[in-house]
Parts: sequence; structure tokens; C-alpha cells
Amino acid sequence: MEQQDLSKVDEIIDKYESNSESLIQILLDVQNEYRWLSRPILSQVCERLDIPMTHAYHIATFYKHFSLLPQGRHPISVCLGTACHVRGATRLLDRVVQAIGIEPGQTTPDEKFTLNTVNCLGCCALGPALVVDGEYRSNLNAKELADIVASAD
Amino acid sequence: MPKLKSLLDLEELRKGIIASKDPSKQCITICSGTGCHAYASEKVADTFASELEQQGLSEKIDLRRTGCHGFCERGPIVVIFPDEICYLSVKPDDVSEIVSETLVGKKIIERLLYVGDDGKPITHENDIPFYKHQIRLVFGDNRLINPQSIEDYIGLGGYEALGKVLFEMTPEDVIEVVKKANLRGRGGGGFPAGIKWETTRNAPGDAKYVIVNADEGDPGAYMDRSLLEGNPHSVLEGLMIGAYAIGANQGYIYVRQEYPLAVENVGVAIEQMREYGLLGEKILGTGFDFDVIVHRGAGAFVSGESSALMTAIEGRVGEPRPKYIRTAVSGIHGRPSNLNNVETWSNVPLIIKHGAKWFGGIGTEGSKGTKIFSLVGKVNNTGLVEVPMGMPLRDIIYNIGGGIRGDKKFKAVQTGGPSGGVIPESLLNLPVDFDELSKAGSMMGSGGMIVMDEDTCVVDVARYFLDFLADESCGKCIPCREGIQQMLVVLNRICEGTGREEDLDTLADLGDMMRDCALCALGQSAPNPVLSTIQYFKEEYEEHIQNHRCPAGVCKELINYYIDPEKCQACMICMRNCPVGAIDGGKNIVHVVIQEKCTKCGTCLEVCPPRFGAVSKLSGVEIPEAAAGGIKVR
Amino acid sequence: MSTEEREKQNSSERQTRRAVSDRRVEGVTQPIAPAVEAARQVELTINGQAVEAWEGMTLLQAAQSVGISIPTLCHHKELSTYGACRLCSVEVIRGRRSRIVASCIYPVEDGIEVLTESEKVAKHRKIILELIQARWPWVDKELLEKYGAQPGRFEEKTDFCILCGLCVRYCTEVKKANCLGFVGRGAERQIVIYPERAIEMCPTCEGGNMGCRSVCPTGTMPNEFAHTGPRFGKKLPLAYPVKSYSEDNVREVLHTVGDWRMPWVRSQTMPGK
Repeated sequence: MEQQDLSKVDEIIDKYESNSESLIQILLDVQNEYRWLSRPILSQVCERLDIPMTHAYHIATFYKHFSLLPQGRHPISVCLGTACHVRGATRLLDRVVQAIGIEPGQTTPDEKFTLNTVNCLGCCALGPALVVDGEYRSNLNAKELADIVASAD
Repeated sequence: MPKLKSLLDLEELRKGIIASKDPSKQCITICSGTGCHAYASEKVADTFASELEQQGLSEKIDLRRTGCHGFCERGPIVVIFPDEICYLSVKPDDVSEIVSETLVGKKIIERLLYVGDDGKPITHENDIPFYKHQIRLVFGDNRLINPQSIEDYIGLGGYEALGKVLFEMTPEDVIEVVKKANLRGRGGGGFPAGIKWETTRNAPGDAKYVIVNADEGDPGAYMDRSLLEGNPHSVLEGLMIGAYAIGANQGYIYVRQEYPLAVENVGVAIEQMREYGLLGEKILGTGFDFDVIVHRGAGAFVSGESSALMTAIEGRVGEPRPKYIRTAVSGIHGRPSNLNNVETWSNVPLIIKHGAKWFGGIGTEGSKGTKIFSLVGKVNNTGLVEVPMGMPLRDIIYNIGGGIRGDKKFKAVQTGGPSGGVIPESLLNLPVDFDELSKAGSMMGSGGMIVMDEDTCVVDVARYFLDFLADESCGKCIPCREGIQQMLVVLNRICEGTGREEDLDTLADLGDMMRDCALCALGQSAPNPVLSTIQYFKEEYEEHIQNHRCPAGVCKELINYYIDPEKCQACMICMRNCPVGAIDGGKNIVHVVIQEKCTKCGTCLEVCPPRFGAVSKLSGVEIPEAAAGGIKVR
Repeated sequence: MSTEEREKQNSSERQTRRAVSDRRVEGVTQPIAPAVEAARQVELTINGQAVEAWEGMTLLQAAQSVGISIPTLCHHKELSTYGACRLCSVEVIRGRRSRIVASCIYPVEDGIEVLTESEKVAKHRKIILELIQARWPWVDKELLEKYGAQPGRFEEKTDFCILCGLCVRYCTEVKKANCLGFVGRGAERQIVIYPERAIEMCPTCEGGNMGCRSVCPTGTMPNEFAHTGPRFGKKLPLAYPVKSYSEDNVREVLHTVGDWRMPWVRSQTMPGK
């Protein structure tokens, strides 16, 4: 794998004045910047904040927002909130799995899509809902999903 | 921007803001909460902006992007002032018509109005049944202000309560008022806020903290987000009043990063407060110093638990700790810390402004004021509703919620999220307040209200919550970590039709132990969704266990899709749509589901034209044998 | 070996081990004597017996000070309190109110009545034991029998680690080595070793014997940590689940560890491999 440019990590840490209490905030910013937390990134964070890896890795695996694997270019999040659940979210999820061929938590080999489930997007009126590329969609059928797959680059 | 150095400065500013606003000037407000955002409200707003520009009306007509109005079912919501004409489900294509017809031509477009049960259109928001039965004390200003404008908030009397507290009341007075009002925590347990404040105030230590819990993780509840997004200053004002009363100079807002708009709006609000000197040292020229830090949560339901939340603020893993010493005494960095949720804080300025007696006049004996619920699920009018405590459940669901979708039968309503329980039809007249919900075996929680109809399986719902909790538990203590997993094993087998006679006892024993022994509130309340469904829907569990039947037709392993050969018209629609090719037949040959191949996705049932209605779900009965060689359609 | 002899042996072993462990954890103390000078004396009853304790003591310490034993799993007097296994749950009665608390963390209070073996406590302890048993089938038989636990009631999810966290706390607090840590949450929670760190630290820990092994109640900790390198070749994973290690090593571990710090969770039969 090519060397990751870690300069943004340093910038983010500088912004928080290397304060180890801001670890979660730092990791959030880093995650948003790089879309995942690679091993070199985590090592860099630990070194700069002078904290053990045990600490950083626990946080990185504890919170759902962090990803320890590269993410696809088109994130898809299927809402499994209660309102969506009673309106058939599992069936929607099945259709998505069928359409893109990966299970929740996985990324397609071409790094096009990453499929995740979330526990409430807070747009319960749309349920069952999903977000693809930041756009909220309501109860997509198999054909609409196929179109999304076909049109994504 | 000049810093406000005295109460007079604030009042002068307010006067200036009010004077600069012409109440007769036309103003278009567009709901821009996350719910409407999902319905492309942003595009609608942008289209309005360019349309006004094009017609040269930008100076004459104001455009305001407001917070959530609550009626998410019919978003995006556009209200045109001063006539308060309310248009629902507005699309970008409607915009130019609204501008030319309504704003310029002063004509109402009936097509965009709400149509009442009597078929008559309703022009004003407040006359729509969804709003008519509500009392929107906390939530009402959302629709009037731009959440990114502190001037809008001040213009409506914002920070008046803060001024009153700083100049006319001692900290003890403030606590007394909040105690007298009997404001109870809106985040879950309903603990009296005033008593908590007093404990924190009296706890030894100089440095104390106040915290806003905006880690709304309860799936199906989003009132805190809408409040923080739509009216962040009301929360911040409440927080500052609390800080003054408690003797804290540092506040935190713990908000989930899954709520980007809330994070943004709170950030903007804090910046504006700093610019006006409403945060920092010597606020309004008094001796009161206060500042706020925003801490984003990274996605963990358990972090909403107070001790876990405080651990996370310290930058550590958000695991709860045993609270034998309360966080009010020993919280962040072991210092006295007072945590309340978003809705609780934003009630505070109202109580200070209008007094404890006024607040006490609303609600029931033990639960005062209003409560915002997120009314979701199989109900016609999905949205956020604010009602006085004690309103019967039936009124909320039928008068405000407009009843059950698609003429189905009401089955139950789930309240309190993963810590709560279900309430069956027999208790529909229950007045909704903290104590009544607890008595019924559920709880208020943060105010999630998920309506379920006859097509909802309660065993499946219980399993859903346990599944959620198995993932969201921190996994530290054995009762919660192992207990939830074993409960899930049992529920899974019941849903799969391999339940055992003793399973209900096993669930009860586990639940009993978890309630008593789990380390934190998450684990202690985790069995509630299971125990309360058993309490009210035991027969449904027994049907699953004894007859391998899911009466609601939800549990995949217990249902089969079946095409009635008498009704099938061999139209090929289901055959073409079946994603796994599990339907046999052909042109003019009646279709048959190949059960071995079927993944029970339900597509065939969804696509079968209603006029045929040939596909059905069977549960607990033998599937009729298909005729060999296929039947020709007559 | 007769029961008596075994008991004798166990007790002498325990003493030796305790002596060893006391030496190991020098520097970290949680004295039973008053924590603060001039600490206030507190009076309570435990199982009907009047007990005098000092403010700041836990119920467990107070009970132990008068010879009442309460089963524990995740507790170690030399490590920070954790309160996770809940096996030490007891019933606390104040006036008419009764509640179940974890005795290893609950502070003594004036006038409370503590029941360490009430009906409720026994019922809950039974289920907790059954849950542990489903994870780690070698729980002490006597203890299972005492509470009438029915092995096999819950689905077996045999693991080699019961996540008591003693090793993590030992490694972090006593050794400050940070070779071990938790990852994940909920059902996915695990204890992992950080091989890069382990290669450096473990060989020097207790002369290569690795102190974490002495505090592990289940024998999950293999001594191979000290030689982590070859197992993975040159490319070390960032972290590696302890329990995956154990599957290969548990027999050897039982052989080398041979005994159990906590008498109640000693092995009854050799884990079948």
C-alpha cells in the first residue's frame, strides 16, 4: 500500500493543542478527513498525544462512527430505527444486500459501495429509509436500487 | 457587534431588533429540519431564493429557513406570514406558482393546503388537527426563528429569563422555582431537576459542570435533535440559568455527530453568544462567568447514560461506572456535574419567565408541563408533537396522529425506546405522564412513541430491541452482556419456531436478575421490551412456541408466501420481480411459489395487483400442494 | 486425594500465591485500614452480625474483615475496582427499601442491613453462574451446587475468556505496560494483546512469567505472549484476540499455570481439546 500522507492528522492534532482529552474529537475529525483510521494514523495519534495504543484502539472499536477499514466512495446507510423496523426496514435491507452483493459492514471489492446500518436517521416519516451519498431515500424497490448501482461510478 | 455589558444593553438590542421588523412584511418560512431536509426542503428554499431574485422581490419579501415544525409526514412545510398560510408537501416545482399566486396575487393555492376530514381545506397551521390539539410551549418558536440567528431569538424575548435570573434572583431562588415547578428530567427517568441541581450546588468543590445531554440514541425518537437544531439558544439559555443556580462556570454540550445540523447550529449559536458577550467573563456586566464546549459523540447508545457520557467527555471510552456516588457529586474529573437533557434545559427559561405556578398549572399531579413525543410507526401523521402531560394516549394517536395507517387495527404503542415497553389497546385511555407509564410497565424515556398495528409482531419487536441492545451495550458487566445475548438466543428460537415450553420462564428469570444486578440503567432496563410484551401479549408468544405460528405474519421462518391458484391471473408481474427466481409458471399458467427457493422478501405480495390479490402470507398452516404440470388460467 | 487434603493443599497454595501476588503488586494499595486519617467509623449489620467499619470501605471489605466470604470474580484487592461480574451482589436493606448492589464497590453506610445470601441474592447469583458457565464450562462444581445452578440451561458459547478484565488492569495499572486492552463493545467485546508491545514488555514481566497469568481466573492467558514474534512472522498484527491464542495454548497453560488464583473457578476437568 502506498504511504499515507499524515500531515492532516498533525494539523488536526495541532488544532486540539495535542490534548489527549480531546482524543475522541480528534479521531472524529481524522475519520471525516481520511474516511478511515489506518494503522499509521492511529500510531501517529498515539505518539503525538502520548497515549498507549490500547486506549486509542479501544475507542476506535467502541464507537460506531469509526472505521478501521477503507470505506467505499458511495456510503449507503440503511436505517434500522424502530419506526423503520415496523415499516419493513429488514426487507429493504435484504433488497439492498441483494442489489449490491455485500453484507452490512462490508465494502465492495471495487471500493464503490460501503453498506452500513444505522439505528435511526430521525426521518421516521420516510421509513423505511436509507441514505445514499448523503441523500435520503424512502422505501426503494429493487428496480430503483438497481438504478443506483448502475449509475454509480 | 458590540458586547452587551448590562441588562440595559440587552433590552436596547431587543428593542432595536423588534423595531427593525415590519410585522406586515411578507415572509416565507421553510422548515429546514433534518426531516424536511430529507424531503428536499433545501431545494425548495433555494428555488424560492432564486425566484424572488428573478422577480425582483428579494427586498420586499423575507425568506427564512426555520427549524422543524413537527409535521414531518407532510414536509417540506412552507408558511407564509403575516397571513400564516400553511402549505404542505411543497415541491420545488410549486415555488414559482406560490410566489406569483400567493405572494404577489394574494391568492391561496388550495392544492397545497391540508384537507380536513370533512373535505374542506385548512389554511392556517394552527387549525390543522395535527396542531390543534397540541400545546407547543417549548417547540413553538421553532417555526418562527432562523436557528442560526441569535437576533431572531432575542427578538422573541430570548435571554430575558437569563437577565431576570442574573439581576433579580439568587441561585437559591432559582433552584427553589425549579423545584416548585417540579420540572422532571425529560431524558428518561424523570428525576426532579431542581433536586439534582441542589445536590450539585451543595456538593463540595469549587469547579462544577453543567451538561446538555443531546446524545439522543433512542431509535425512533428525534425531538431533542429537532429542538437543538431549531432553537439552540433556548437550550443554551436554560443551561446558563442552571449554571448560575448551581455555581458552575463551564458547560458541555454532548451531541451525537450523527446530527450534523444540530452540531452546526449549536456551534453557530455559541459563536454568536461569544460575540455578544453572552458567553465569557462578566456576562451582562455581572460577576457571572460561563463558557460552553461542544463534545461530539461518536456513536454509542450507552454514552447517553450519565456516567458514561461524562467519561466520554474526559476523552475515555464511554463506559458507565457504578453510580453509588452520584454524578451530581462526582462527575467529570470527579467534580460535581449536573446533566439534563435538551428538552429539560429548554423548559427552564419558560419556567423562569412565567413562574412555577404557571408551569404547575399544566400537566398532572406528578408530572408538570408539556412533553414532546415523536409519534412514529404505523400512524397517519408521523411527526413531533408537544402535548400537556396527562393527555390520554388515545387522543395523541387518533386526534393528533390521525389514527392508524391504511385502516389497519391498532395493536400497541411502544414508549420509552429500548428501555421501555409496550402499551396495549386496553390501556389506550391511559393519561400519559411519568408515573402512569411506569405503572403500565413501560416508561416515558425520551418520548419515543412507536405505533404498531395488527401487522406488527410483538415478539419480533422485542427481538428487535434486544438485538439493538446486544450491539449497543458496552459489554462490561455480565448481567447485561451475557444476559442480553442469552435473551436473544431464546427470542430468536421463538421467532424461528423452535421455542421451548420453559422459554418464557427463562426470559422472566433473566430479566429479573438483570433489573437488579446490571451495572447501569441500560442493562437494568434492557429486559423491559421483553417483559412488557410478555405481560400484555403472552398468547402471541405462546402461538409462536406451541403452534409455530406468527399471527402477524412477520417472523420469516414461520411464514410462507402462497399464490392462490383461484385468484392468480398469470400476469407474470411477480415472476419478473422475484429477486431469486422462486416463482414457477408462465404466460397463462398460474404462478406457484417454489418454497425451497423463496427468501421471503415479500416482493411478490407487494407487486401483485390489488385487484387480483392472489398472493398471501400463510403462517402455522400447511401450504396447499401445487397441481403438477401447472394450471392454465381460465 | 480426599476433600480434606485437597482443601488443605488449596489453602496452602492460595497462601503462597497471595504472598507472591502481594509482592508483585507493590505500589498499588487499597488499604483496609482507614483510607483517610481520622476516618469516621460506620456501623452496619451483615447477615445479622454487627460490623464496625471505616468510612470509605466497601461492603466486601467489611464482610471479609469479619470472615464472611462473598464470591467474587473480577475483583482483586490490589487492582482498581471494576464492578463487572456482579457475582458479589448482595442485598442492602435500609428501612423498608431493599436493593441489590455489587459489594465490591458499594461503600459502607451507617445503619444498613446487608444480606450476602438472601433468597434474592441466591437466585440472581445462580443465574449469573449459569451465564458464566455457558461461556466457560469449568466453573467450580461446589459453587454451582451451592446455588443450584443448572449447567446447560443457556446456550453454550464456550470461550476461553470471561472478560473479567483482571489481566488488563494488572498490565495497565501495576505494570504500566499497556500490552493488553479491551476492544469492541457489547457482544463483540474482547480482550486483545498488542504484539508489538508484548515483544518488548512481556519477557521482562515477572522474569518472563507474565504477571497477567497469575491474576487470570480462567487460564486463558498463555505464556506465549512473551514470544509473540515468531507466531506472526515479521508482520505483526496491531492487536490479536487473547481467546484465539488460548485455543491453541490452553492445555499448555493449564500445565504451566497449574493452579488458580481464585479457588472457586478452578478447573474441574481438563478443557477438552
